[in-house]
Amino acid sequence: MPAIIQVKNISKSYTRDSFAIPVLNDIALDIEEGEFFCLMGPSGSGKTTLLNLIAGIDKPTSGNIFIKDTDITLLNESSLAKWRASNIGFVFQFYNLIPVLTAYENIELPLMLTHLSKAEKKEHVEAALNVVGLTDRMFHYPKQLSGGQEQRVAIARAIVTDPLILVADEPTGDLDKNSAAEILVLLDRLNKEFKKTILMVTHDPHAAEKASKIRHLDKGDLI
Amino acid sequence: MKIFKLIFKNAFRHKLRAFLTILGIAIAVIAFGVLRTVVTAWYVGVEATSANRLVTRQAVSFIFPLPFTYRDKIQQIPGVSQVTFATWFQGVYIDKNQFFARFACDAETMFDVYPEFLLSKKELETFKREQNSCVVGEDIAKQYKLKIGDVMPIEGDIYPGKWEFVIRGIYKPRDKTTDATQMMFHWNYVNERLKKETPERAGEVGWYIVKIKDPSQSGNISKQIDDLFKNSNAETKTESERAFAQSFLASTSAIITAMNILSFVIIGIILLVLGNTMIMSARERTREYAVMKTIGFSGSHLIGLIMGESLVISIIGGALGLTLTFPLIQGLEQVIPKGFFPVFEIEPITIVLAAAAALSIGILSSLSPIQRALKMKIVEGFRFVG
Repeated sequence: MPAIIQVKNISKSYTRDSFAIPVLNDIALDIEEGEFFCLMGPSGSGKTTLLNLIAGIDKPTSGNIFIKDTDITLLNESSLAKWRASNIGFVFQFYNLIPVLTAYENIELPLMLTHLSKAEKKEHVEAALNVVGLTDRMFHYPKQLSGGQEQRVAIARAIVTDPLILVADEPTGDLDKNSAAEILVLLDRLNKEFKKTILMVTHDPHAAEKASKIRHLDKGDLI
Repeated sequence: MKIFKLIFKNAFRHKLRAFLTILGIAIAVIAFGVLRTVVTAWYVGVEATSANRLVTRQAVSFIFPLPFTYRDKIQQIPGVSQVTFATWFQGVYIDKNQFFARFACDAETMFDVYPEFLLSKKELETFKREQNSCVVGEDIAKQYKLKIGDVMPIEGDIYPGKWEFVIRGIYKPRDKTTDATQMMFHWNYVNERLKKETPERAGEVGWYIVKIKDPSQSGNISKQIDDLFKNSNAETKTESERAFAQSFLASTSAIITAMNILSFVIIGIILLVLGNTMIMSARERTREYAVMKTIGFSGSHLIGLIMGESLVISIIGGALGLTLTFPLIQGLEQVIPKGFFPVFEIEPITIVLAAAAALSIGILSSLSPIQRALKMKIVEGFRFVG
């Protein structure tokens, strides 16, 4: 399988009070298309930073990241926003749903950036809801859903545009055991059944078990 | 889902806060509308003036009279087409709270010089013929339920005694700015009585109104009139009717200016209130903006969302305020004595200014949150704890 993500000598450091704090040190990484890739590591190891860089929501200090054939480190903010809209689906630890929108509307949100017709949008949203098994909750607001259901809505929102890559940052970190298991089953299904390339960050070994490949980060180094 | 739905949902996320902000804007627009209406009502007299009329008054003060004999001399000046005159009579009608302008005038010429006072030919002829007759404005007739033939008793103060005038005409205003709250009667009638009771006050008029052929000659004609009476016992000051009306406002200009400033201060205050609301709303939604940026929403999308939300609140508040301003102004018009503000209406410019102010508030108050949302890096947005 060809590498869909190529991370080439990425370094990232933050500046605090004129001190440069290195977070990632010369990371090189290839992730193949269709892979369920898991990044593990303790808190502060830089795994979320690496995920953010690959997802195009942060910029590296040095190095390049190729997603398919696009070097996303060369894209400006506006191009990067468009690129993310069509290539990346995000799943966050705290779901980050819009509280004034129903499950249906939350899932529909990324489709507002597309030129799909109303009927096509409906078709996409219902398909996504069907995948996550929440068709009967489509008109519920986030506060009317359980944590696991909220995360499933968030996953539906992430997949509704049929992105190239699904990135998940601690997707089970805020869930109870059963809900976490359901989410992992869902991610696994998305990988196996829908052939989605998934990049997941977690420090939970149980969550990592579903991944086809696991790499560890420690103090900014890939080991 | 359309972007407007999201804007509306965001605008009313905190219903009480949105309601109070809308109410605040509505009250500000009402206050703005009322103050501006008062200010414009004050200037109605100036707006109603004519370019081809000059006013000649006593040079020392308006309260001093001029000799009636000046009329013929003024009439002789080239460029003058007609001269009329009037005297402020005042007096009390019913009680002291019933204020409206009461003049003794030259019945023969008054309505020629003031064509904006529309009086039927028959009524004008009767008025001219009967010495104890009077003409009242339509608004006064309505307010006091007066009709032709009614007698209006006036208790004189400047001209003491009991006076009675029979209504022989009710004039209509030609223009929106024409004062329909005046009462006019014969100067001759008053003068004849003065000759008998206080002869030293007879033969005097308050001011002359000089109709000229060419408004561009007003400065020249004014000078000629004043030169004519230079070094006399009653020197004159002649100016355009507009300048004359404005000189009346000069004494109250500080109040008018204060009201003008106040009307804009109110808008400024509400700008700060909405600005604060928008900043709070945007701050609370920092993570959501980060999520939206992550999903692919661009800077222009965020500008649309934040400004749209601010505009929804300001437009609803502005519309509510304007809607309520109309009945309020009508109510105030009933309460304020007719003669005090002859025309008390919301001017189209007031509506435009109020609407523009509401829109400006909406736009300006969103600028700071927009700037913050645009500057915010996505990863910082996710770290934000509100």
